Amino acid sequence: MARTLRGAAAIVGVADDASPTGELELSGRALEASMIDAALADAGLGRGDVDGVCHTTSSVALAEYLGIHPTFTESTHTGGSSFEVHAEHAAAAIATGLCDVVVSVYGATPRSDRRHGRPGAWRPVGPNPAAEWEWPYGLRMPMGPYAMAATRHMAEYGTTPEQLAKIAVSTRQWASMNPKARYREPITVDDVLASPLQSSPLHLLDCCLVTDGAGAFVMTSAERADDLPRPPVYVLGAATAHDHMMISQMPDLTRTPGAVCGPAAFAMAGVKPSDVDVLMGYDSFTITALLHLEDLGFCAKGEGGPFVEDDTIGPGGSLPMNTNGGGLSYTHPGMYGMFLIVEAVRQLRGECGARQVGGAEVAVAHGSGMVLSVMSTIVLGTKDTL
Amino acid sequence: MTEQGAPAARTEPPATATTAPFWEATRERRLLLQWCSGCERPIFYPREECPYCTATSLRWRPASGRGSLYTFTVEHRAPSPLAGGKGPYVIALVDLDEGVRMMANVVNCPLDSLEVGMPLEVTWEQLPDGRCLPLFQPREP
Repeated sequence: MARTLRGAAAIVGVADDASPTGELELSGRALEASMIDAALADAGLGRGDVDGVCHTTSSVALAEYLGIHPTFTESTHTGGSSFEVHAEHAAAAIATGLCDVVVSVYGATPRSDRRHGRPGAWRPVGPNPAAEWEWPYGLRMPMGPYAMAATRHMAEYGTTPEQLAKIAVSTRQWASMNPKARYREPITVDDVLASPLQSSPLHLLDCCLVTDGAGAFVMTSAERADDLPRPPVYVLGAATAHDHMMISQMPDLTRTPGAVCGPAAFAMAGVKPSDVDVLMGYDSFTITALLHLEDLGFCAKGEGGPFVEDDTIGPGGSLPMNTNGGGLSYTHPGMYGMFLIVEAVRQLRGECGARQVGGAEVAVAHGSGMVLSVMSTIVLGTKDTL
Repeated sequence: MTEQGAPAARTEPPATATTAPFWEATRERRLLLQWCSGCERPIFYPREECPYCTATSLRWRPASGRGSLYTFTVEHRAPSPLAGGKGPYVIALVDLDEGVRMMANVVNCPLDSLEVGMPLEVTWEQLPDGRCLPLFQPREP
C-alpha cells in the first residue's frame, strides 16, 4: 500500500538567529530555549502545547530543561541534515496521531566558543573505523572529502573551478539582501579563485563559514494549523537516504544519496523539479550545492557546472537557490540544515523582503549530513498546493 | 617542483582483533585483503561479516598492491593536529585492481603530474611500533 505524508502536517512557526559579527550573545540551552520560545510565539503556541521534542544530542535532556513532558521524542543525529530528518519524522508522527505539536531546535556557537575558550560540543566517541583507515592520512575535515568529490567531478565531467566559484558568487548576491548575513559585499569569480587554496580544488570562498547561529521550527497537524495565526506551510513530501559514513566508502563521489531521496520526496509531493520555486540546498561547499542540482534533477548528471554559469541560481534566475545567503555567506554553525527549513517557510509565507521570490508556492529544503553521507529532502508548499 | 609527500605527523592507526592480521602483515610490507568465502568478493575495510552477503567466513589473501587514482585532494593548509599541520601533501582514494577502494597518501609524485586514473602501486612508511602504513606512488602502466 502506498503511504504518503502529503498535506498531513504543517510548519506553523519558525525562528532563527545569526549576526553579521558571526557571534551571538546566548549559548547552550539558553540559546535553544530562546529559539523554541520565538518559534512557538510565531506559531501562536506556548510550551504547554508541545508534546513532541527533537534535538540532535538529547531530546530527553532538552525536554527536562524546558519542563516539557513529551510523548514523541527524536534524537536522530545525521549531521547537517538532522533537521530535515526531524521534519520527516515529525510529519510522520503527526500524520499517524502519535503527537500533535513538535518542536525541533538547533543552536551552536563555535565562533564565540573559540573566543571565550569554551569547550566545543564535538568530541570523537566510541569505536571508529575512520581512526584506522582514514585519519592516518591527514585528510582535513570537513573540506577534504568534498574536495575529493570536486576533483572527481572535474575529471569525469569537465566541471571547472570557475563554475564552482559562480555558485559562491550567486549565493553572495542573495546574502547582500539579508541584513543578518555574515558577509554581504558582492564577490566575483576572480575573488573566489584568488582566495587561498585549502584542500584542492576548493578555495577559501568555496567553503562555508564558521559562525554562531540558532533556529527552531514548530510543526502540527493540518487541522490544527488552520486555527493558528501564520499561513501554514505544508509538508508535501519527505524522504531520507544514506549510503556511507566515511568518504572512502562512498560508492560514487559524483552521486550523493540525494539521487535516491530527492526523487522519492518529489514523488510523494507530486511535484517535478520545474515546479520548485525556491531551492534551499545545503551549501557546505560549492561542490555540495552543485551535486544537489544534479541529484535532485534540476539538470542532468555532469551538467551542474554549465547550469550555474548563467546566474541561474542567483536573484532573478530561473531557480532561486539559498536565498538567505546560504552556509557560504549567511551563517554556518556546523549543522546548517535548520536554516534551510526556516528560510523555505519564510519564502512560502512571503516574508523575505528584498530577497522574496515572487509568488513562491513550492520550496525544497535539502539537507546534507556528515561527508555527503546522509541526504534528507523536505518538499514544502502553501495552502494552494494542497 | 613542490616538495610533497605524507603529513608531517601521523595519527597512528589503532588495530582491533579483527584487523590485526592486516596490520601484522604490514610489518613485512605485505598488503592483505579480506575475501568472502560465500560470495568470493574482496572486502575493505576489514570487518566481521561480509557487507554483500552477510557470510562470516572471511579469508585473508595477499593483494597485488596495484591500483589507480580514483580521486585526490592536495592539502595546502592542514591546521588540524590530525593532519600534522604541514602541507602540501596528497590524500587520495585508490581503486585497487582487486576491486576495493582505500584512502592513502600519494608520494614520490610531483603535484602537477597527479591525474585521476593514473596507475599507482603500494609503498610503505614505517610506523614507530614497527607496523607499516600503506601509501601509493606512481607506476608504469
